[in-house]
Amino acid sequence: MEAAVRPAWIGLALAVLVAAVAVQPSPAQETVRPIAPQDRLSGSAFMSAEARALQADDASNPAMLWVKDGEDIWARKTGVAERSCADCHGEAGASMKGVAARYPAFDPASQKPVTLDQRINICRTINQKAEPFAPESQPALAIASYVGLQSRGMPITPPDDKRLKPFLEAGRSLFGLRQGQLNLSCANCHDALWGGKLGGSPIPQAHPTGYPIYRLEWQGIGSLQRRLRNCMTGVRAEPFAPNSIEFTEIELYLAERAKGMTVETPAIRP
Amino acid sequence: MPSPATRRDVLILGAGAAGSILLTRPSAATPEQMREAILELTNGAPIRPGKVHIDVPPLVENGNSVPITVSVDSPMTADAHVTLIALFNEKNPQPNVGTFRMGPRSGKARVATRIRLATSQQLTAIARLNDGSFWSDKVDVIVTIAACTEDS
Amino acid sequence: MGRALINVPATAKAGDIIEIKALVAHVMETGYRHEVDGKPIPRDIINHFTCAYNGVVVFEADFYPAIAANPFLSFTTIATETGVLTFIWTDDKAEKQVETARITIT
Ligand code: HEC
Ligand code: HEC
Repeated sequence: MEAAVRPAWIGLALAVLVAAVAVQPSPAQETVRPIAPQDRLSGSAFMSAEARALQADDASNPAMLWVKDGEDIWARKTGVAERSCADCHGEAGASMKGVAARYPAFDPASQKPVTLDQRINICRTINQKAEPFAPESQPALAIASYVGLQSRGMPITPPDDKRLKPFLEAGRSLFGLRQGQLNLSCANCHDALWGGKLGGSPIPQAHPTGYPIYRLEWQGIGSLQRRLRNCMTGVRAEPFAPNSIEFTEIELYLAERAKGMTVETPAIRP
Repeated sequence: MPSPATRRDVLILGAGAAGSILLTRPSAATPEQMREAILELTNGAPIRPGKVHIDVPPLVENGNSVPITVSVDSPMTADAHVTLIALFNEKNPQPNVGTFRMGPRSGKARVATRIRLATSQQLTAIARLNDGSFWSDKVDVIVTIAACTEDS
Repeated sequence: MGRALINVPATAKAGDIIEIKALVAHVMETGYRHEVDGKPIPRDIINHFTCAYNGVVVFEADFYPAIAANPFLSFTTIATETGVLTFIWTDDKAEKQVETARITIT
């Protein structure tokens, strides 16, 4: 309904920001002090009262439309195995409680960490003998929202698993790596400049507490990887491929960084 | 050394980078078109300010989804009730936003929904009562991020 | 059309004013947007909504493109008798989405 080009002062605000963080000659990897645990804030804390009210009321939160779809998927027999998620896992309220709060987790079969979406797709292919859900497809987002909701209110608890360590460290490095034509790292914005503004939008601390989220700008629901892609294209970097190990590594680091924070799935974000 | 960001880079980042959909600015409705749309509803009957209350945040961070509630002071009895509430805006491409019909069985004259606002502008709500009278309220809303930007 | 979520109290006393919330999944494509190649994206919105209580329409709405994606409505009605509330959303292709909710008067 409106032109994509936002007012010029947005560009100006960003120019100031780029100047603020880019003046010093920078090694590709520098250290920005991480946020102290007691200073951590969910993205909700940076939202308007109206957006928070929308998230708080399940009868008006549009993300609940996808949760409802996910509930149907959970109960539907499918694939060559003709099994539903419920056939093996029973009540999601019991079997999936806390599961989303501890993903990504290590997958012994592939000897790699997997995201929750990937873990669900392992069940699709191995246990249901069905086609995996395409990344960012409506059913993938629906089932992830439904499984995610079962952890709402619980603390993020990354697994204490030695096998995850190298991937977690790779994620930490990626978070501090300057990328794209604007040469900014995730840490430049989210550790150093959170609370500031970028073209009218507050810069949050980048905690993965609410995913999948209903983003007002998307007018729909999306995954954490879609959100990260937005930040990468924002600095004019080539986003990692969907479901690439780099995305999983960043997700691992984000979970570690948000350890103990409360799951809000399905959250609203501007 | 980081290459200095060019103004174009900066604008693109501000706008949220490449989208698959090109958004062009359609011609916006004008206050004149809004008056015409209202005239169509009232048929020229006088509209009095009062009775109607628009509840909307004065400052909106995202024009894609703006919560709004319109209520009207009315006992909502068979003898005295609101039959219709219509919401108009002056700068979206089209002046009408929504029209809501109710009656004594509603209990209250109140409706809440979520709307899109292309830009900062004035909203007008008009209520029609069963006696044929029209009442209205107007509010100004400032939009910091317009509706329908896309950046994925 | 796809999913809808209705929020109606399961029980009420006769004469209570009850609040109804209705949410439906729909893109509400405005008709004012274009593809990169300049081709207009056709308008596709829900343009009409009704709520009937045991067959009698108690609330009705016309929507225009300025109603946000995944339209939300909240309105009230007086609980009168045990029965069924029927919600119908109609889009530009004249497709209808119908949902029902039961209410019991105690
Ligand atoms: C130029 C500054 C900037 C950079 C660099 C940046 N982001 Fe962001 N990020 C933002 C802003 C601004 C938002 C909020 C967007 C909005 O509300 O429109 C955001 C949002 C997020 C969120 C959503 C948080 C929530 O509450 O849901 C996550 C997660 C995130 N960023 C992660 C990252 C990661 C990982 C990187 C590096 C790959 C990164 N960001 C790089 C500015 C940045
Ligand atoms: C044929 C039985 C079967 C079906 C059908 C099935 N699963 Fe699983 N699922 C399993 C088994 C077995 C495990 C592995 C448990 C383990 O490794 O401890 C598992 C693990 C999981 C996990 C990881 C749990 C954790 O604690 O880390 C998730 C999430 C999951 N399944 C979701 C689903 C979903 C969603 C569906 C439907 C789309 C589904 N599953 C269908 C048997 C099944």
